[in-house]
Amino acid sequence: MRPAVLGLALALAFPAAAAAQAPLAAQGCLGCHGATGAGSAAIPGLSGRPAAELSAAMLAFRANERPGPIMGRIARGYTDAEIAAMAAHFAALPAGGSR
Amino acid sequence: MSSTLSRRGFLATAVAAAAVAPLAAPSIARAQGAARLLVVGGGFGGASAARFARIAYPWLEVTLVEPQRSFVTCPYGNLVLGGERKMADITHSFDALRARGVNVVHDWVEGIDPVAKTARLRGGATLGYDRMILSPGIALRWGAIEGYDEAASALLPHAWVPGDGTQTSLLRRQLEAMDDGGVVGLAIPGNPFRCPPGPYERISMIAHYLKRHKPKSKILALDAKDAFSKQGLFQDGWKQLYGDMIEWVPLSKDGKVVRVDAASRTLETEFGVKHQVAVANIIPPQSAARIAIAAGLADNSGWVPVNPRSFESRAAPGIHVVGDANNGAPMPKSGFIANNTAKQAVASAAALLRGETPPEAVYFNTCYSHVGEEYGISIVGIFRPTDTAIVEVPNSGGVSPRGDLPDQRRAEAAYADAWYASITQDAWG
Repeated sequence: MRPAVLGLALALAFPAAAAAQAPLAAQGCLGCHGATGAGSAAIPGLSGRPAAELSAAMLAFRANERPGPIMGRIARGYTDAEIAAMAAHFAALPAGGSR
Repeated sequence: MSSTLSRRGFLATAVAAAAVAPLAAPSIARAQGAARLLVVGGGFGGASAARFARIAYPWLEVTLVEPQRSFVTCPYGNLVLGGERKMADITHSFDALRARGVNVVHDWVEGIDPVAKTARLRGGATLGYDRMILSPGIALRWGAIEGYDEAASALLPHAWVPGDGTQTSLLRRQLEAMDDGGVVGLAIPGNPFRCPPGPYERISMIAHYLKRHKPKSKILALDAKDAFSKQGLFQDGWKQLYGDMIEWVPLSKDGKVVRVDAASRTLETEFGVKHQVAVANIIPPQSAARIAIAAGLADNSGWVPVNPRSFESRAAPGIHVVGDANNGAPMPKSGFIANNTAKQAVASAAALLRGETPPEAVYFNTCYSHVGEEYGISIVGIFRPTDTAIVEVPNSGGVSPRGDLPDQRRAEAAYADAWYASITQDAWG
């Protein structure tokens, strides 16, 4: 078996792993929003929240229509597609996070 | 496998087999010779890489080599100096990584052979690898400031490479032992160096301690540059919280320390002014850690050039260099960037092991700094790679707003605490 085929087969054998790889953009969120996306003290959780709510919040921060100490500066760095991928990623995780 | 089986057919079969018995896959992988990921360094870059590899790519066999039995972080070390945290609060065990299946080896990597793909350990063992994540941190350039070598650092601590915590504890004890009215001197290097806002958060946290316990004392910050990270925000906060306790001397006002005399705690600047102080914190010029230089990975700058998408070394294919050791400018040498780019490096290593292209990348950084106990500020950066460079996304990121904004400062101080808890969990948890 060629290594590429082996690797792909193994990736497909681990659906959770494949999901974790997919939006690397979402990994940046974990530095503050908890390693599982469940939040951390003063910083709210993301996991298990509806994708539409998460996307809408990011788009509002990006458009400077929603106040906040830091999220506007962050949201302005991301594309629509990345925001959608982040939102889908966290929406698919159980509330309170995983792992 | 039948040679007539189509790729699509094979994949469908593999998925079906996985659905029935997903746990069989690792043994298949081992039977084929599972790919070995060797992570060198157990700090923000290395620990994050090892953890992420075990979660996202369970088919990787992950070994982590780190000399320290537990890891003392640079971030929040300044809060220890300020009396707001204890050493135990910034010390992290490797037990959780072991529980995730990381083979943690406490040893030094003495040499790397990128052709044979082996790492030689001080303890005598030689470890082979298919891909390496090298996150060795920095080396202090002993002698770059005349008179400042490792022996001098036992008298004038740097507290910039925590090691086992000795340096941070030493500086804290010296501050505690100082008489009220003493001068605390700092020597701050030019760019680039580890943690660009770090020296200024340190000034703030030392001032926080002195204001409470030794209010007649002063801080003399001698800087080898004329501007620094979050400068306006820091200086606003210093004035508001600490009055005239802090004197910052830039390069253009003879701020560059070129020589020290450890025994008399004297810091001498470029134009020969000698400042004798009660406590001296010398943050010397830096380079990539010695192992990166010994392996031939660094260029004349002292830092390691890397591919901006995969962090693979330009000099040694198969070795991905993350964290403070690489030349990641304009990204800062921060724990957040080490954590974040380590994941891209692991994803790239996994892709290359499968013969695939590294994934699309976007890099994210936030550095919070405490100016006071309830006074936090931040800088945010979002970066994207091109084929040859890393570029900050225009019109994004940046620093906290200036002005009299107590709610903003309180919120960011709380966010800083949440960040530390979160990112250390994402690295060592």
